[in-house]
Amino acid sequence: MADFVMPILGADMDSGTLIEWKKKPGDRVAKGEIIAVVETDKAAIEIEVFTNGVVQQFLVQPGETVPVGKVMAVIREEGEQAQPAAPPPIKPALMTTPSQPPAPAPPAVEAGRLKVSPSAKQLALEIGVDLALVRGTGPDGAITREDVHRAASLTHPSPSPVAVGEATGTRGEDKGEGRVSADRQARMRQTIAAAMTRSKREIPHYYLGTTIDMGRAMAWLKEENSKRPVTDRLLYGVLLIKAVALALREVPELNAVWKGTEPVQSDAIHIGVAISLRQGGLMAPALHHVDAQSLTELMRNLQDLVKRTRAGTLRGSELSDPTITVTNLGEQGVETVFGVIYPPQVALVGFGKVVDRPWVEAGQVVARPVVTATLSADHRVTDGHRGGLFLAALDRLLREPSQL
Amino acid sequence: MNQGDAIRNTILRLLGDITPEADLQSIKPDVSLRDQLDIDSMDFLNFVIALHKEFQVEIPEHEYPRLATLNGCVNYVVAAKQGLRQGT
Repeated sequence: MADFVMPILGADMDSGTLIEWKKKPGDRVAKGEIIAVVETDKAAIEIEVFTNGVVQQFLVQPGETVPVGKVMAVIREEGEQAQPAAPPPIKPALMTTPSQPPAPAPPAVEAGRLKVSPSAKQLALEIGVDLALVRGTGPDGAITREDVHRAASLTHPSPSPVAVGEATGTRGEDKGEGRVSADRQARMRQTIAAAMTRSKREIPHYYLGTTIDMGRAMAWLKEENSKRPVTDRLLYGVLLIKAVALALREVPELNAVWKGTEPVQSDAIHIGVAISLRQGGLMAPALHHVDAQSLTELMRNLQDLVKRTRAGTLRGSELSDPTITVTNLGEQGVETVFGVIYPPQVALVGFGKVVDRPWVEAGQVVARPVVTATLSADHRVTDGHRGGLFLAALDRLLREPSQL
Repeated sequence: MNQGDAIRNTILRLLGDITPEADLQSIKPDVSLRDQLDIDSMDFLNFVIALHKEFQVEIPEHEYPRLATLNGCVNYVVAAKQGLRQGT
């Protein structure tokens, strides 16, 4: 038997609320399949199962909040005999009323009829929106939180100023959609605050920066995109992410997580990409095995990841797997990023805006598009020498874009 | 409804798909879409892909600046479709 436990999906997550099971007892599950949807402070996350087998028993019901590490279900692994299910845990309220009939099982989820992000489904439940009447605008027509908000604004009368005042009062049973959204944003802010405070408290950061000539990279990208149909074009951010992955092969100490009292280096390079959310806040889910992907694959996977992050359909592994984070604030006009490492990772790479600058080449001053790359790294794990080698590798790789 | 209005409405719908939270009625037609809608390069690329699929027009990367505003998009699509008709 294998235990399916509440996973840790962020540096400061200590509990999660089960929204729904995607399987039922007796169902066969394969490694990587979605078995549950869990609400965290940042979003509703689809959780994968990490073994092949058959669902033996659920130990947690939708709506229950349980701590990280608590066993939520038992999976009978392939080759094992079926066991009689253990009696379900008895709630204290039932202990005093043994003759009370058992509560009805939660309704089975009819997956596949409506594509709805778990987060949107939860919001619709909270504010009373019929999902059957909502037009989805997410990936493949999936209904997103924004769609639910929009539908709510069409079906619910606009609150008067007095009603707004009431909704922001203490009447918890009368949550308006704005209140729910504000609650989520406040919780996300608290989560980010906790992770960043922990980072600055526990991780002795050091910072390095270098200016990289992007002339060849931008010219190569322009030429490459001119040959590609619009659906296959690349963004320059993909070159940056791939270059980081390849540079990490040369300085693998930066590709690690801190566990207990020491760093644990990762063979796999899973890059967390900082993605801003429209309602505020950000998430940094993983692109897996970046060093092994072609630029075309990476671009498609990045497009998909950004869409799903903003639609609230991320998977648990995407939040738990990053081994380093990359953030690109160039589009906001930022030239230099001094990032805060996301624990338990031990490094973060930041990129600023590509700007034209005077550049000396072979004794001549020429105009060149350049970008400032920075490394924030954990001094317990690496020192400036290794960090410098990483930035040098990044510089070299971005000057040879056709090799990415 | 003339062709330009129909194209404009379709473009607004596509923008709504990219930025569901945006108030499309308040878009100023000659002001940068990026500035008004807080869209990034990924959003913009998805918008260009949506234009391409919806109107069956080719949009080379060097033409992107012509799509900076709502009016620019409408004019581009109208011209591209006329070009298609002349080419057939």
